[in-house]
Amino acid sequence: MHLHRYEKIWLSFGILSLILFLTIIGINAFGQNHTPAGGMMTIDPKKVDQTPPFDHPGVVKLDDNRYQVAIVGMAFGYKPSQIRVPAGKEIIFKVTSADVTHSFTIIHTKVNMMAVPGQINTKSYTFQKPGKYLILCNEYCGSGHQFMQTEIEVYQP
Amino acid sequence: MIHKNERRLALSYINVAYFAFLIGTFCGLMQVFIRNNALKLPAWLDYYQILTVHGVLLALIFTTYFIFAFFITGVSKTLGDFGPKVRSVSWLGFYVMTIGTVMATVMIISGKASVLYTFYAPLKASGWYYVGLALFIIGTWIAGFAILGHYASWKRRNKGVLSPLFAFMTVSTIILWIIACLGVVATVVFQFIPWAFGWTETINVELSRTLFWYFGHPLVYFWLLPAYMAWYTVVPKIIGGKVFSDSLARLAFVLFILFSIPVGFHHQMVEPGIPAFWKFLQTCLTFMVIIPSLMTAFSMFATFETAGRQKGGKGLFGWFTKLPWKDIRFTSIFIAMVFFIPGGAGGIINASFQLDEVVHNTLWIVGHFHITVGTPVAMTFMGLTFWLVPYLTGRKFTNSLKKLAFIQIITWAIGMLLMSTSQHILGLMGAPRRTSYAGYNGKKTALEWFNGIVANHVTMAIGGSILFLSAMLLIYIVAMSMFVSPKALDREDQVEFPLAESDQSGTPRFLENWWIWIGISFALIFVAYTIPIMHMIEHAPPGSIGYKTW
Ligand code: HEM
Ligand SMILES: [Cu+2]
Ligand SMILES: [Cu+2]
Repeated sequence: MHLHRYEKIWLSFGILSLILFLTIIGINAFGQNHTPAGGMMTIDPKKVDQTPPFDHPGVVKLDDNRYQVAIVGMAFGYKPSQIRVPAGKEIIFKVTSADVTHSFTIIHTKVNMMAVPGQINTKSYTFQKPGKYLILCNEYCGSGHQFMQTEIEVYQP
Repeated sequence: MIHKNERRLALSYINVAYFAFLIGTFCGLMQVFIRNNALKLPAWLDYYQILTVHGVLLALIFTTYFIFAFFITGVSKTLGDFGPKVRSVSWLGFYVMTIGTVMATVMIISGKASVLYTFYAPLKASGWYYVGLALFIIGTWIAGFAILGHYASWKRRNKGVLSPLFAFMTVSTIILWIIACLGVVATVVFQFIPWAFGWTETINVELSRTLFWYFGHPLVYFWLLPAYMAWYTVVPKIIGGKVFSDSLARLAFVLFILFSIPVGFHHQMVEPGIPAFWKFLQTCLTFMVIIPSLMTAFSMFATFETAGRQKGGKGLFGWFTKLPWKDIRFTSIFIAMVFFIPGGAGGIINASFQLDEVVHNTLWIVGHFHITVGTPVAMTFMGLTFWLVPYLTGRKFTNSLKKLAFIQIITWAIGMLLMSTSQHILGLMGAPRRTSYAGYNGKKTALEWFNGIVANHVTMAIGGSILFLSAMLLIYIVAMSMFVSPKALDREDQVEFPLAESDQSGTPRFLENWWIWIGISFALIFVAYTIPIMHMIEHAPPGSIGYKTW
C-alpha cells in the first residue's frame, strides 16, 4: 500500500499526539487518582430508605478533614433537601436513586454524577469558595425533570 | 440509469426520510422556543413527547432511510440491477422498517412512550414502542442482507476481482451496523419487551444501559460513514478529479469497523457499575478512530489540491479558488466538512475520561451532535438529495431550484452556527440538556443562561428558527424535484450519479477479506466488554421495576 510522504508525516504526527494525550489522561487518572465519578457498590433499589447511609441521607463528619454526604435522587427531588458543608474540606458524595435514573450535578463544579437505580455512585470534591451552589438533575427522568433541583450551601468553617 | 425497481425503492426511502425530517425539524423549532420560555405547549402535549419525536425521527428515521436510499442507488449503479430475490427481500425490509417506525411513532404521539430515543430503563414505555423499535432494526437488517446478497452474487460472478469502492464501503457500513445492532436487539428483545409486557417483573438497569451504548456509539458511525462515502467517491468526481487512494479509502473504512464498536463506555464515564480501568480502556479505543478520521481529512484535501492544481491553480492556495464553488453539490459538502473540524475536536473533548465530567449531559453535548450529525452528516445528505432525487425521478434540477439550494445550505450553516455555538457555551456554563424551560426558582446561575450575547437561550432560538426555515426550503426542493419539475428529456438536462474513478491496481486483496475484519472486530469487542458485562450480570443488584414518570 502506497503512502504519500506528507500523509506519513501527518499520520505520525496524529498518532504521536494521540499517544501523548492518552498518556497524560492515564497518568492523571491512575497516577494522581483523578478518575470520574463511579463506584462498584450496589443496593436494592426498593430498600433505599432502609439501607445505610441512605436511611439517614445527609451530611456526616467522618474525621477532621472529610465529610460524607449521602443523597437519594427520586422523581422529582433530592433527599435531603438541605445540604451544608464546609469549604476547604474533602466532601465525599454518595448518590443513588429510589426510582429511575437521575443525575446529581452541582453547577460550576466537577460534581456531575449519574444516580442509577441499584448502584451507588461516589465522587470526592473539595469546595474552595463558600457560597450557594445550584444542584440539578441533567438526566431525563420524567415530566417534572426540569423541576428537579436543590442547593448546597458551602460555609467558611 | 438504474433499474426502475431500484428507483422506486430508493424514492420510497427518500419519501419517508423527508417526511420524518419535516415533523422532526418542526419539533426542533418548538423545543428552542420552549426552552427560552417563549412558548407553552397545550396540556395534552409535553416537551419530552416532542423531544422523543425529534430524536427518533431525525436521528434514527431520517438518517437511516436516507442512507438506504443512497446505498440502493449506488450499489445498483456499481454492481448492476437487483435480481428477483434481492428485489423482494429489499421491499420486505422496507415494509418491516416502516411498520416499526409507524408503531413507535404512534406510541410516542399517544403519550405512551415519552422515554426519548435512548429509552433508559427503568422508564417504562408501552411494550409496543419497543416492539416498534425492534421491527425497525430488523427491517434494516433485512434490507441490509438484501444488499449483502446482491454483493455476494456479484462476487460469485466476478471471482478474484475487487469490488467497486462504493460497494466495498456500503458493505463495510452494513457490517458495522449489523454488529452494532446486536447490543440494542439484545436489550430490547431479552430485557425491555418481556419487562414491558409484564412477563418479567424487573430489569437490570446497568446492563441495559451498557447494551444500549454498545450500539449507541457505532450508531453515529453508521450515520457518518455514508457521508464519508460521498466525500470519498462523489466529491472527487464533482471537482473533476479521481479518488485519491483506493487502498487508503478501504483501509479507513475497515478501521472504522474495528474501532467504532468497543467504545460505548465513553458515554457512561460518570456512572457507577463500571470499573475505572474499563472506562479508560474504552477511552483509548475511542481515540483510535482519530486515525481513520485523519486519513479521511488528508485524502479530502489532497483531492481538492490535486484537482485545483490540474485546473491551473498556482501558489500555495491558488488551487482553492479553482474549486467549483458555484456547484451546490460541491459547496454543500464542503461546508459540511468544515463543520466536522470543530465537531471532531469536540468529540475528543467528550471522550477524554475526566473532561467528560464538565460537559456530560449539558447543552454542550447537544451542540456537539448538531455540528456532527446535524451538519456534516445531514448537510452531506442534503447535498446528495439535490441530485439524487432528480436522478431517480428523471426530472430536471432547474436553475431556480439550484439557487434555492444555495440559500438552503447557507441558511442551514448560519442557523447551525448560531444554535450550536450558543449550545456549546451554555453547556460549559452548566445549562442541562433534555429539559423543558425551568427558571430553577430564579437562581442566579440559571438566569445567566439568558444574559449573554451568544451564550443565550434566545440566540439558540434565533438559530433554531433559521434552521427551520432552511428545513422548509429543503422540503420544497425535494417536493419539486420529486413531483413537479419538468422531465429531463434531453441528455444534457439529465442529472447524473457522480461517481469518481478509483484506481484499484495498488489495492491489496486482503482488504476485502471480510472475515479477517469481522474476526478482529469481535476480538476487540470481547476484550472491551466481556469482563465488565459478566460482572454486571453476576453482581447485579436486585432489578428495577418499571416507572411511568410522565
Ligand atoms: C430545525 C432544525 C433543528 C433544531 C431547531 C433542533 C433543535 C434541537 C434542540 C433545541 C435540542 C435539545 C433539546 C433539549 O435537550 O432539551 C435538540 C436535540 C436533538 N436533536 Fe435537534 N434540532 C434540529 C435538527 C436536528 C437534526 C437534523 C438532527 C439529526 C439528524 C437532530 C438531532 C437531535 C438529537 C439526536 C437530539 C437529542 C434528543 C434527545 O436528547 O433525546 N436535530 N435539537
Ligand atoms: Cu431526576
Ligand atoms: Cu431529571
